Amino acid sequence: MGTFHQDKGELHGITVVVDTVGSEIYVGRCDVMTEERILLHDADVHREGEGGRSKEEYLERAAQLGTWKKFDQLEIPAEVIASVRRLGDL
Amino acid sequence: MPYSPLIVNPMKAELTSIGFLELLTPEDVDTFMSQKQGSALLVINSVCGCAAGQARPGVHLALQSANRPDRLVTVFAGQDVEATKQARSYFEDIPPSSPSIALFKDGDLVYFIPRHRIESRSADEVAEDLTSAFDRYFASTPAS
Repeated sequence: MGTFHQDKGELHGITVVVDTVGSEIYVGRCDVMTEERILLHDADVHREGEGGRSKEEYLERAAQLGTWKKFDQLEIPAEVIASVRRLGDL
Repeated sequence: MPYSPLIVNPMKAELTSIGFLELLTPEDVDTFMSQKQGSALLVINSVCGCAAGQARPGVHLALQSANRPDRLVTVFAGQDVEATKQARSYFEDIPPSSPSIALFKDGDLVYFIPRHRIESRSADEVAEDLTSAFDRYFASTPAS
């Protein structure tokens, strides 16, 4: 038993990794993904090389125990998105 | 703002009806955590249908295991806010997420399943993960 919002798409409520064509990579709980954007809740962002860690090294740690949120909500425009994956699949 | 009891109570009952003790206050949490001996399972329950819908039945299935933990406790994120905050203070290096599941042995955190490792899985897969952890951490050592 739980709350469901099936009109928001299959990734609604799922923790996703949004990689970009730039240096940023995001992890957050997907609210909605459209052709124009993806809206994340409780999102974290990492920039390539930040803290001495590559995107891959950041994701390795995120996949184990999760991430600390930096933003309550974050909107990422589709034109900068390279891929969207479930964190749980990594 | 806490959820309506009409929403939350059936979700709590899914765990309390199978033997979980609810920790409703920070004091309840501290009392539980001060009793270190043996094995324990803490479920941070939540209303989230995307993940808690698999977590609760997954936990139920896993508890059929021979190596199930001695003590079963739960807090409800977003409802019993202070108790949840206090529970998380015992593993504060782990980012908060709910639902999530923590295993303790003699007071030490030995295994943790965060939300993102529940939301993409079926109840059977959650149970398999937990059962494997029970076997790894809680199996009795045969007398030599």
